[in-house]
Amino acid sequence: MGLLSKKDAKLITDPLADNNPITIQVLGICSALAITAELKASLVMGIAVLFVLGIGNVVISLMRNIIPSKIRIIVQLIVVAALVIIVDQVLKAFAYELSKTLSVFVGLIITNCIIMGRFEAFALGNGPWRSFLDGIGNALGYAVILIIVGFFRELLGSGTLFGIPVLGDPIEKTGVYSIGYENNGFMLMPPMALIIVGLIIWVQRSRNKALIED
Amino acid sequence: MAINTDKNSYTVIFAVAMVLVVGSLLAFTASSLKPNIAENRRMEKQQNILYALGINGNEGTGDITFVSTDKVAEAFKTNIKEQLVLEYKDGAIIKTMNRQEYMDQYKQEPYLIDVKKQQANAKAGKSRLLPLFVGESEGKTYYVAPIRGKGLWDAIWGYVALDEDMIVRGTFFDHAGETPGLGANIKQRYFMDDFYGERLLTEAGVFKGITVAKGNNDPKNEIKDDYEVDALAGATITGDGVSAMIKNDLKLYQPYFENLNKQASN
Repeated sequence: MGLLSKKDAKLITDPLADNNPITIQVLGICSALAITAELKASLVMGIAVLFVLGIGNVVISLMRNIIPSKIRIIVQLIVVAALVIIVDQVLKAFAYELSKTLSVFVGLIITNCIIMGRFEAFALGNGPWRSFLDGIGNALGYAVILIIVGFFRELLGSGTLFGIPVLGDPIEKTGVYSIGYENNGFMLMPPMALIIVGLIIWVQRSRNKALIED
Repeated sequence: MAINTDKNSYTVIFAVAMVLVVGSLLAFTASSLKPNIAENRRMEKQQNILYALGINGNEGTGDITFVSTDKVAEAFKTNIKEQLVLEYKDGAIIKTMNRQEYMDQYKQEPYLIDVKKQQANAKAGKSRLLPLFVGESEGKTYYVAPIRGKGLWDAIWGYVALDEDMIVRGTFFDHAGETPGLGANIKQRYFMDDFYGERLLTEAGVFKGITVAKGNNDPKNEIKDDYEVDALAGATITGDGVSAMIKNDLKLYQPYFENLNKQASN
């Protein structure tokens, strides 16, 4: 990549695979369970976190030399909360429909451990540009897992993708339903998200033995 | 420039400064955007009421579509013939106001009545104001009533259009924070459409309500006199919340409809 140095590029590519926030750092599991019953929600959550983590990391990084270490967690929390609330208010005023879609996510973003985790682990010790890249990278890594989980849960649980039926109509018995296929309602329950995340972790670690801790 | 960020005095000053800066920033944002947000909410209420009445931009079997925001004020004016406000206390309607009477007394449009506040009033033993919007759709007169209750995480609310026999002729449900893909699906069209034609009263005229039921062997919802609609998978508590708010809030309107029919038969 010409735009980014090799070291900077790694900040984006690492979290996508070998240092994924969900499967390796095991952060942000709660929201991965809560909102992945449909693909659209997963995507929206991914974009929202991308936005907040990118900006939040920069803000924290700019303040890193003046934040008193004793209250740094509270300061981080205030920064995320303020950011999210301001974005929410602006959306409510100028893009009301969109804000309705996002309303559920506001609370989930503020309490998302990935955001606090990256502030704490990266932004407090690095410059704004690198922090920004780290934020984008981690948010993308988070979004990828959310989208994979959302894809399987919505497909197997409801037979739809982005709300569009792709397997036929379960009530009229068309498509694959005509040969006796049934939607697995279990996939819509949060525990199944945990199982899918577990399967992703399994696949990932069996392909790259270096990730296995002993 | 090295600041000793470990000193207690610095920590306190930083905390105070941070609270002041963030607090005023949030206050400024909230107050400067307030008029826009209030206007959006107002239009949303009109859109929701019209949606329940069957006046919407729905096409085919697609997603729910409202009357567009630039047309909603006009559509609300032409389609809602009257906004009634019923004052309800101890199982009876003690007063019926029309829009003008209500506005003279309370200085606001009846559709802006805060149902949550009215529910709190009723709980405190005071009278409760029940808005009822009279409109025309499919060539008939329908009555739209607001309902409000609790879902799994947060408030759920909606509007139900009824004919004079209290048969459902349209619904709209919304929620503050139900789980996407599960409880949030009460806002899906297939769920709302299921209510069409369902009855609230038994043959004898006793209020029974509609239950969101699991495994009612009627997934296409063709049986319209079973007082049940098919539940959403994985959203039991939200579904129960919908059943409860229909039962609790619409029941209060029953005396009005009884009275209406009595007058019609005279």
